[in-house]
Amino acid sequence: MNTEYTRKEVLSDESQIGEQETWMDQVKKLIRQNKLAAFSAVLIVVIILMAVFAPLVAPYDPYAQVLKDRLLAPGKAHWLGTDELGRDMLSRIIYGARISLTIGLVPTLISMVIGTVLGLIAGYYGGKIDFTIMRFADVMLAFPSLLLAMVVMYTMGGGLVNIFIALSLVNWAGTARIVRAQTLSLKEAEYVEAARSIGVKSWTILMRHILPNCLPSLIVLFTLNIPSAILSESSLSFLGVGAQPPSASWGLAVVRGKKYLFTEPWLSIAPSVAIMIVVMAFNFLGDGLRDVLDPYLKEQ
Amino acid sequence: MIKNILKRILIAIPVLIGVVLIIFIMLRIVPGDPVTTMMGEHVNQAVIDKVSREMGLDQPLYVQFFKYVGNALKGDFGTSYRLNRNVTKIILEAFPNTVKLSVCAAVIAWLIGITAGIVAAINQNRILDRLFMGGALAGVSMPVFMIALVLQYLFAFKLKWFPVSGYDSLIYMVLPAIALGWNSAGSIARMTRSNLVEVMQDDYIRTARAKGLMESGVIIGHALKNAMLPVVTMMALQISSMLSGAVLTESVFGIPGIGRLAVNAIENRDMPLLQGTVIFTTILVIIGNMIADMLYSVLDPRIREGA
Repeated sequence: MNTEYTRKEVLSDESQIGEQETWMDQVKKLIRQNKLAAFSAVLIVVIILMAVFAPLVAPYDPYAQVLKDRLLAPGKAHWLGTDELGRDMLSRIIYGARISLTIGLVPTLISMVIGTVLGLIAGYYGGKIDFTIMRFADVMLAFPSLLLAMVVMYTMGGGLVNIFIALSLVNWAGTARIVRAQTLSLKEAEYVEAARSIGVKSWTILMRHILPNCLPSLIVLFTLNIPSAILSESSLSFLGVGAQPPSASWGLAVVRGKKYLFTEPWLSIAPSVAIMIVVMAFNFLGDGLRDVLDPYLKEQ
Repeated sequence: MIKNILKRILIAIPVLIGVVLIIFIMLRIVPGDPVTTMMGEHVNQAVIDKVSREMGLDQPLYVQFFKYVGNALKGDFGTSYRLNRNVTKIILEAFPNTVKLSVCAAVIAWLIGITAGIVAAINQNRILDRLFMGGALAGVSMPVFMIALVLQYLFAFKLKWFPVSGYDSLIYMVLPAIALGWNSAGSIARMTRSNLVEVMQDDYIRTARAKGLMESGVIIGHALKNAMLPVVTMMALQISSMLSGAVLTESVFGIPGIGRLAVNAIENRDMPLLQGTVIFTTILVIIGNMIADMLYSVLDPRIREGA
């Protein structure tokens, strides 16, 4: 009895102290409130596992050409049919997930690190540094992103590594703008002023006091930037300036299948649907995360 | 107001110079000599040197840059390597096709997007809302080329309602316009819904209801007016994504627009054409952003008075 009372007391104290929800609470809230976002998160995990264990999951070698089996319709042996070189489409789509997810994650991470660092510096130091960084960001944001990425690919040539570089260079400006805006308001907060007054170095203030408060927005932004990177890669590959054969890239598969659209439509539709499912899962998750984590981005 | 416009134009100038500079530098660091690329590997070095001199490629980079900017200001983007024609003329020939495509796509996006947004907002948190908003997010998630291919397969090949590809009359524009407008329709629907839901909680809406207006009158006469402000500006901002999407749509449907031009320029390693196309489209985006800013201040009296 006594123990129970104490526990209740502690709980009520905790709820008073912890009026601000922790991230975990918010994530739990997300799962309760937004079933679609929760389902998307599970789907993303499944796709990631599928990509990691592709050699175990894929029924065939995605690069093995069996010319006698070319352009087979979907059936028992090949669930999604075969392409013009007799390669199993399902296996190629499973392997393609590796490319799409890597492209979604790596360049997004790089561009967000660049954007965050520049946004923090611009917002915190202000003045000429801010002006220079933000005008540079304005220039980057003025380009239609696909066209700029095409120019970068023209300069460096096709291939996956170059797509990494192209997308990292193209997409940092949006993050910089958002982080800068948040830094501008956070640097006026009392705890930052307090830190400054006891002589904490600027870099420590940025890393320890300002950046952690930008993290919820950054997590949401990261989740929403992944699908746009995946779409960019598939668009670049579709236009012939991205991944090069024999890569299992979904965008490349669509453009190769396009030639057979009226006779073997599954060749281009199946990889398109794969792109759509992954992009949609990240969009639903990002949308849900935004609702619970980030009032700032919601206002944007 | 005029002061405001002038200020925005002044801000746009350094951005524009930055755009030209970045594209100029990026296309100059391409490995290999542009003239060799243009004429092939087996051409005599003396001929290559002569052509380089004629094209001004032997001069220092900064001289080339200022010359290019000077010419561009006069509307001259240079000469295409492959087509041996003035780049500005080629772009201006292709431009109307992209404009037609984008305008049709925008009209479709507005019609679908605004209607879906209003229906979802009126039925907030009900099944219709979830259905429409889920559909909108799905619309945003579909790659442009996927929509294009599905439309082409279903409506051109299977049902034969529309031509497969080509560019002769307005009927050829229907499928490409839907493909291009689809993504924007999704974003417009989401934004219309969220703004309308927010506005519907305002005091003046309660007043409108209190004076006995029908719900449709409240929405059309009062709520929509304010809810559409950000949507209108978003439409101008979408010029950028439309132009990116046009590259893909024009590719699938074989429309000779600016996007197709850019893809051809890359395929043919035609640097001046690519440079001109990208700079031209970016100028359009910058103008679009300026119009969005101005529209916002024209439509919203609070900003107009503040400016």
